[in-house]
Amino acid sequence: MKQTALTKVHKELGAKMAPFAGYEMPIQYSGLTDEHMAVRESVGVFDVSHMGEFMVRGPQALDLIQKISTNDASKLVPGKVQYSCMPNGKGGIVDDLLIYKMADQEYLLVVNASNIQKDWDWIQQNNNFDAQLEDISENITLLAIQGPKTAEAMKALTDVRLNEMKYYTFEKGTFARVDDVIISATGYTGSGGFEIYFDNAHAEKIWNAVMEAGKGYGIKPAGLGARDTLRLEKGFCLYGNDIDDSTSPIEAGLGWITKFTKDFIDSDKLKKQKEEGVARKLVAFKMIDRGIPRKDYKIVDADGNELGVVTSGTSSPNLKVGIGMGYVKIENAKVGESIFIEVRNKQLKAEIVKLPFV
Amino acid sequence: MNVPSELKYTKDHEWVKVEGDVATIGITDFAQSELGDIVYVEIETEGDSLDEGEVFGTVEAVKTVSDLFMPIKGEVIEVNETIESEPEAVNDDPYGKGWLIKVKIEDSSAVENLLSADAYKEEIA
Repeated sequence: MKQTALTKVHKELGAKMAPFAGYEMPIQYSGLTDEHMAVRESVGVFDVSHMGEFMVRGPQALDLIQKISTNDASKLVPGKVQYSCMPNGKGGIVDDLLIYKMADQEYLLVVNASNIQKDWDWIQQNNNFDAQLEDISENITLLAIQGPKTAEAMKALTDVRLNEMKYYTFEKGTFARVDDVIISATGYTGSGGFEIYFDNAHAEKIWNAVMEAGKGYGIKPAGLGARDTLRLEKGFCLYGNDIDDSTSPIEAGLGWITKFTKDFIDSDKLKKQKEEGVARKLVAFKMIDRGIPRKDYKIVDADGNELGVVTSGTSSPNLKVGIGMGYVKIENAKVGESIFIEVRNKQLKAEIVKLPFV
Repeated sequence: MNVPSELKYTKDHEWVKVEGDVATIGITDFAQSELGDIVYVEIETEGDSLDEGEVFGTVEAVKTVSDLFMPIKGEVIEVNETIESEPEAVNDDPYGKGWLIKVKIEDSSAVENLLSADAYKEEIA
């Protein structure tokens, strides 16, 4: 089992640890709801160092990225980040990822922990360009400091003007007296904040500085449990749940990051889907009957006919109601439509809603 | 982990308090901690006579759902009403306010099959 540079710190804090994507990761500390609310209302910090990071460099770095990803990376300038996904050549998704333009001919790709090897192989396989790849995943500590008070709480740690940074931009700067930290105005919680990338050697020093700086704001360490409820309330897709090798970006509602201004793997196939429509669609729903939807529960109509399957579900800590996402036939995908979720042989009523939930 | 010595336990992480022929049943401190924040407890077996090991309800936590198993054969004679409005009582006070059901024990000799506090402690060690 792999560990992050902070595993010891999490254990000392009494975190409940569990295996995730080959890493021993903190699932929760003080309690999922408590951590969730700290992020929604103030600030929380996640160790997400299990995520993968690849550098792509060279005269044709952009050409490689344009080929493998759906979003248009030619629109990036140094200091900008883009959300994108990689089609698998069969209309499905290899992974979703963030693309950072570090400099001309230099990009950082941030991928899901569970897909590091698969992504690496896939990108190598498609690299018929003058582009060099380097997997730096094992050297990088990634902290997600999230919540509306993050900029205020962390401002003393850096000269970078956190409060002026726009969403999906980044700067390289000094943070907690450590040089060359990537400070990125991104995150997976929908509550604002930053993700910071730095060398493992500084992990404990920066963690302690973040906790200290956040003290007056009630900062809480938060685990993967809260990370999941926070992202689901905002309707962000999770690879392995809501998107995978069998779902297309169009079905998943990722048309907004699928740009036909360029050619890429599956661009013809996906363009056709966009023009002609798809047979199923990822929808968000809220429970009307009391119940908590969970991954793989069946979605049925009033007569019990199967419409699809739940891909993510939880009890929303903010709304105190069951929420979920899942694929249903396109004719049943309208907002306001009633659907039913099979929960232990009962059919519980739910309603398709617009995202975000919160 | 709190494991009160006066109670009996099961491998399914339930506790049993026997008073005469009535058993009060709940989940252990270990169980509530493993489940995490409990959203609600669903028990629709009041009045039913159930065998040992049969499901008498389910606990829905934010992240997971778990069945509740009868530690002992008998009739479910009461369900704790408090946990309907305050499911968090199961997290906060699993051996007190967060008890789940009362069962009229059919065969009192079955109590001997339950685990002692020490045996349960070994179980979760």
